Amino acid sequence: MIELTTEPIDYNQLTESVRDHAAGAVTLFLGTVREFTRGVQTSWLQYEAYPDMARASMAELEAEAFQKFTVTKIAISHRTGAMALGEISVAIAVSSPHRDQAFEAGRWLIDTLKERVPIWKKEHFADGREEWQHPGMTPQTNTKGAKS
Amino acid sequence: MNLNVLFFAAARDAVGTDTVTVDVPDGSTVGELQQLMIQRTPQLERWSQALLWAVNNRYAGCNQVLHASDVIACFPPVSGG
Repeated sequence: MIELTTEPIDYNQLTESVRDHAAGAVTLFLGTVREFTRGVQTSWLQYEAYPDMARASMAELEAEAFQKFTVTKIAISHRTGAMALGEISVAIAVSSPHRDQAFEAGRWLIDTLKERVPIWKKEHFADGREEWQHPGMTPQTNTKGAKS
Repeated sequence: MNLNVLFFAAARDAVGTDTVTVDVPDGSTVGELQQLMIQRTPQLERWSQALLWAVNNRYAGCNQVLHASDVIACFPPVSGG
């Protein structure tokens, strides 16, 4: 299940959607808006997507994960728009017969989503500055986004 | 042929609009379109090493040949998650 939404992510519902009698394990990853990145205070984040390609790209990730890992069900939801500190920008739930594959698939899905899916975050800092995050572009402030 | 190019995030800010229509020779490639866009919009120059291109919702390399019906997008490195 793939979702791109402007609404708060219902991670309980997302988790329930992957539960299955064939599964002995369910993992849930949440990406949340972090206040401090290397000492710089974030006030809020703006997320923007290229919606058609983001959906297509997340669907490809899901299909690839089913090939790479022994998993039962996958659910991925990414939110766009303005998000306050602590809010959830992305949620990935995976179920599998045994826990190793659920952990590994979840890890691979979030890592690969961050590399591939056309979504961008703009930091709005507490001091009033704002800056698009582009990994590798300007190392002083841009090497990583404002989340894990 | 006329191509519509969609821009996102900092690339859109640099161009100043989210869609640009450009007239290019038939058989033009993604790399040629990028060169043309940077000539037209020097603000894109700073992103030139990092700009990503997508054709019909898939990442495209410099050598990919473009067609009038293609959905073309240009954007900086992604930072979702």
